[in-house]
Amino acid sequence: MIKYHLNHLRELEAEAIYVIRETAAQFERPAMLFSGGKDSIVMTHLARKAFYPARIPFPLLHVDTGHNFPETLVFRDKMVEEIGARLEVRYVQDSIDKGRAREEKGPNASRNVLQTVTLLDALEELKVDAAMGGARRDEEKARAKERFFSHRDEFGQWDPKNQRPELWMLLNGKKHMGEHFRVFPLSNWTEMDVWMYIQLEKIAIPEIYFSHEREIILRDGVLLANSEFIMKKESDLIETRVVRFRTIGDMTCTGAVESPASTLSEIIDEIAASRVTERGTRHDDKRSETAMEDRKKAGYF
Amino acid sequence: MSDFSSEGYMNMELLRFTTAGSVDDGKSTLIGRLLYDSKQIFEDQLEAIEKRSQQRGFEHVDLSLLTDGLKAEREQGITIDVAYRYFATPKRKFIIADTPGHIQYTRNMVTGASTANAALILVDARKGILEQTIRHSFIASLLQIPHLIICVNKMDLVDYSEEAFNKVVVEYRSLSTKLDIKDVHFLPISALKGDNVVEKSTNMSWYQGTTLMYLLENLHIGSDENHIDCRFPVQYVIRPQQTEYHDFRGYAGRISSGIYKPGDKVKILPSGEIAEIKTIELFGEQISEAYAPMSVTMTLDRDVDISRGDMIVRENNAPSMEQEFDIMICWMNTNNLQVGGKYAIRHTVKDARCVIKDIRYKIDINSMHRNEADKEIAMNDIARINVKTTVPLYFDAYRKNRHTGSIILIDEATNETVAAGMIV
Repeated sequence: MIKYHLNHLRELEAEAIYVIRETAAQFERPAMLFSGGKDSIVMTHLARKAFYPARIPFPLLHVDTGHNFPETLVFRDKMVEEIGARLEVRYVQDSIDKGRAREEKGPNASRNVLQTVTLLDALEELKVDAAMGGARRDEEKARAKERFFSHRDEFGQWDPKNQRPELWMLLNGKKHMGEHFRVFPLSNWTEMDVWMYIQLEKIAIPEIYFSHEREIILRDGVLLANSEFIMKKESDLIETRVVRFRTIGDMTCTGAVESPASTLSEIIDEIAASRVTERGTRHDDKRSETAMEDRKKAGYF
Repeated sequence: MSDFSSEGYMNMELLRFTTAGSVDDGKSTLIGRLLYDSKQIFEDQLEAIEKRSQQRGFEHVDLSLLTDGLKAEREQGITIDVAYRYFATPKRKFIIADTPGHIQYTRNMVTGASTANAALILVDARKGILEQTIRHSFIASLLQIPHLIICVNKMDLVDYSEEAFNKVVVEYRSLSTKLDIKDVHFLPISALKGDNVVEKSTNMSWYQGTTLMYLLENLHIGSDENHIDCRFPVQYVIRPQQTEYHDFRGYAGRISSGIYKPGDKVKILPSGEIAEIKTIELFGEQISEAYAPMSVTMTLDRDVDISRGDMIVRENNAPSMEQEFDIMICWMNTNNLQVGGKYAIRHTVKDARCVIKDIRYKIDINSMHRNEADKEIAMNDIARINVKTTVPLYFDAYRKNRHTGSIILIDEATNETVAAGMIV
């Protein structure tokens, strides 16, 4: 019977497409969060597959911190045009200007936490009742407890102790006015699965995932891309190195890895041999042991 | 990992298993051991648990800390909810649904079991079969998990005695005659010391069987899906608004069971109309044979009225179409089940409402005894009930088809999922 057996990547693909279609069917105004990172790119690709030959029946939403890698924005605009998707961008800077969020100060300042304010405001403004995100359960211990359909109260908060049980693939998206859902189609994917799938499906990704020369700030063992957004410390070392990024977030908190990997298969070999998780390069998770759990409860992804 | 190969990774199978055990029987240690010995633990994760082990004054690195999730869990040293873990060997990718063993969390065990190919049940070699072992096994059989693996753990604490192991096996076999389990395996292990988990034990020469990892890698899961009865619930109708696809009508969904090919004559439920499959495709790519659990888009040779929740089946192999039927349920809410109460019911991708007509019996999960007098169905109770739905559902018995035989009940006031149900 081996003939009628899907390999694991195709099974994950089928599962994610099912979740995306279910979101489009069960909710009135879904949106897909798009950050320009590989997970959201893969998720967007799956959304195209789910509804082809029709266009993706919901908008992509980018919460722009203003601290993006320029390469990410170039990639985003090109991709959106190619696939004919609708893109909504909301800016953290606007939230700061309106006094809705307050900028962090000092060398470790990041707009990562502020994103939550802009995100929740955007969901309310656009009346989004289901926001799909590319988070995976293997990323972080708090995310390991997430559902595919994750209920949020009217304040956008996550209550991990009181989650709805999720059985078989029967997804319950029923909600009261003002509440919304976060949906995670890639829940069961690992970092390796994402990379293998990018290779299998020949999906385009931003250049900065591949090896390149860059001026970096060496701080507390993390290699940060040098940019005007980061206030320098005296102990910082600024050097030019050959690096690439394993994850793409804000320039202020996304660490690079030194790497000569310039093709997908070289990246995959590197990850297979790697002894550090991808979030090991994320400055935002190192703030405390429960950094992710605390942010998630407040409405972060 | 020098033995890594991209090609191998492309051909890996996915195995989902659930772990159940009682408090302190070493479940978290076993999972930690599987992750650790299969080199799935990364340096930053190991550093974090080393630090915490030291803080707690442990002499060794406590592998069970790897599976701790939320703040409250770490504080209380327990697992609150289903946590999902991932690891891969060159042969398979594994998804573990790690569920807590305490009595009040039966609902989580059912949740973890609902998608599993295999269940791992831990038994403490010193204590033998406990009430919880029976409860876990009963749930595994109720949810029709195809493979059951009984790990007799802490063999190091009974001097690796064959007699102690055999005693558990005999005890378990006598209880499992009452259960509907297809495939059972027994393994003597020590999660703490690593015996027979990934590495073969040198302490139990009397044991001729395989290690746990070998078993997980080689369990035959090829026939876990039903490839006979064609069931395709229509999840979404694709009608492009672009002029070049003006006449395109695609029926999108995930195949529950059976094998579909272009040219097949099919019947649409509930209308009963007959059509022929024109194409099966995904992203423009034509698929010659589609089977569970693929997500595809079908087109038909003629215009038929089809909407979400309808089902495409074979002409001469139809599911039951009924409005009244019996379900085995596991109740999952703090508000008790109301006889005569109305609930939303979800079956495949179809929504309906139902009224609870009768509670046939409640099952004492420890003795497996049926109690027809007890009509009080509370959190974690298992019962057989009779329901009547507002519209007919197209279903199979859960024993025959896990996808078309399962339902959930939803409280219409709170919107919470209150029960998992298996159609009898």
